[in-house]
Amino acid sequence: MQTFDLEAQGLRNLNAALQAQSKETNQTAWEVVNAKGSHAIAVGLDAPIEVNVKGSTGYYCAGMNKQATVHIHGSAGPGVAENMMSGTVIVEGDASQYAGATGRGGTLVIKGNASSRCGISMKGIDIIVHGNIGHMSAFMAQSGNLVVCGDAGDALGDSIYEARLFVRGSVKSLGADCIEKEMRPEHIEILKDLLERGECDAKPEEFKRYGSARKLYNFDIDNAY
Amino acid sequence: MKDDAKGAPRTVPIQSATFSNSANAEIRRAAATGIYDIRGGGSKRKLPHFDDLLFLGASISRYALEGYREKCDTSVTLGTRFAKKPIQLDIPITIAGMSFGALSGPAKEALGRGASMAGTSTTTGDGGMTEEERGHSKQLVYQVLPSRYGMNPDDLRRCDAIEVVVGQGAKPGGGGMLLGQKISDRVAEMRNLPKGIDQRSACRHPDWTGPDDLEIKILELREITGWEKPIYVKIGGTRPYFDTMLAIKAGADVVVLDGMQGGTAATQDVFIEHVGLPIIACIPEAVRALQDMELHREVQLVVSGGIRNGADVAKALALGADAVAIGTAAMIALGDNDPKWEAEYNALGTTAGAYDDWHEGKDPAGITTQDPELSKRFDPIAGGRHLNNYLKVMTLEAQTIARACGHNHLHNLEPEDLVSLTMEAAAMAKIPLAGTQWYPGKPGTSY
Repeated sequence: MQTFDLEAQGLRNLNAALQAQSKETNQTAWEVVNAKGSHAIAVGLDAPIEVNVKGSTGYYCAGMNKQATVHIHGSAGPGVAENMMSGTVIVEGDASQYAGATGRGGTLVIKGNASSRCGISMKGIDIIVHGNIGHMSAFMAQSGNLVVCGDAGDALGDSIYEARLFVRGSVKSLGADCIEKEMRPEHIEILKDLLERGECDAKPEEFKRYGSARKLYNFDIDNAY
Repeated sequence: MKDDAKGAPRTVPIQSATFSNSANAEIRRAAATGIYDIRGGGSKRKLPHFDDLLFLGASISRYALEGYREKCDTSVTLGTRFAKKPIQLDIPITIAGMSFGALSGPAKEALGRGASMAGTSTTTGDGGMTEEERGHSKQLVYQVLPSRYGMNPDDLRRCDAIEVVVGQGAKPGGGGMLLGQKISDRVAEMRNLPKGIDQRSACRHPDWTGPDDLEIKILELREITGWEKPIYVKIGGTRPYFDTMLAIKAGADVVVLDGMQGGTAATQDVFIEHVGLPIIACIPEAVRALQDMELHREVQLVVSGGIRNGADVAKALALGADAVAIGTAAMIALGDNDPKWEAEYNALGTTAGAYDDWHEGKDPAGITTQDPELSKRFDPIAGGRHLNNYLKVMTLEAQTIARACGHNHLHNLEPEDLVSLTMEAAAMAKIPLAGTQWYPGKPGTSY
């Protein structure tokens, strides 16, 4: 276990050390203490290491992550795991705006609630939220899965493309071109796997599925607001 | 005009300057279709521009340098503020961001080839980085756009500079749309969207909203890339003084400022023609912001929007820019809108020089298309050579002017070398009207 005191050793040294780890590294376990809400913690990682961040983080923790597991033992500021490519990011607390924004792969698990714009423009990432999500989540979501065990705020899935949205609780309102869709057996299977990966004990049958009506896929002036 | 039946002269028909033929045609088109006109390119209306400025040249009070013999340096370094590895360019003329998707793969390759031969950089666009472009560009600027199509940390690390695009001159405040007819399998895969559907590019970034957020976003990009890459912030010309200040405050190494003459792949004509500022109105305000923050020349200013020749380059630099970027001009150098395709332009209902329906993917020159047959018409090697020739000519022209003004580096050109031909240009560029020491709004003077 490598322990890194962020306050004493500084952000640049932390990220340089983590980014220097290769696929074959034997330094696979890292602990970051004194995070104190710092921004850009553990960004741009590209090795199968596990980083445990003790405390809450600021903006963009685990941004553009590849391969690594980043476990935040606190809450995460805006843009956690933004543009993640692969790997896993776990937030024990709540996540602020834009969680998993534009993520292209990997798994983001938020054990508390997520704020607005969760999964905005997601491009393949899987996001599992144990609690609720805020308004405008999954805006222009292209692909991947967003699982919400609680409720969703206004305008869920506005201008959505091919991402799948699974919500157990209520949806305050759906955004443009987002509709409820049939939950077929294959979706139950997908959701079962997602819930397992997200360490969530909810039952797949309790969820509704939402996705694109595909009416905005080709520009039509009659669809303009 | 014949007299009427009684022999009295008739009134001569007069076309309205307000309801011109083109305005009336647009009314008829809108009435027939119910949809606004979408096109590519920049503003086509006549605007105050570099043509409204002149150089004074040396005389008794200034000492000229000898024609093409005495040294006149053209190099520029971009990104000296924070980046460990600033970009070194041989010439202060860069290639602006144009997407793969809007342009064909071979066209992007040609831009890389031409720019590299000329010793300058090219820029990706709203579609990610292609191998053709990376492979043929000695110096490549990677754009971080609201859509984040194709964005990944590996490309961030293999670029030479990063450009966070907040806006562009053709449509400040607007997003983009790549229509389905240009979404080939490859374009669709790079953007992670189904083939054939219209792809919307958002007008706002997904993970930051204001200058304080942008500062943290730039920190993240620097941390991912080890603080090596210069970070540019590109803005459309609207409030250049404040936007330049905010970009600098957010940590930009370079500010890229695009006027309304700057092109786009596609947007509404009403947007192109009625939103934003001409570039000569933008440059002095951006320079004032840099000077007020005591960072002029430490944070470099790259300007674009209607740059066509070496005189435009020299004028932009004299107003205080460190470099310029070209987009439309580079496409023309590659062969866009060439009269040799006139018959095909006619078949599309247009004419060479006016073709701007780039979004339809039917470009006879094979540049703004993803159609494999049309793309074959374009030779990236010849295109690169033409672009290099053009960049060399522009540089020689700018040097000619600089030497005539007595300068041994293009960056030594200064506002005092210029005069304005019109009141409008004088007011916008803050350059005295020719034959006077005055421009509208000059401090200490009255109107």
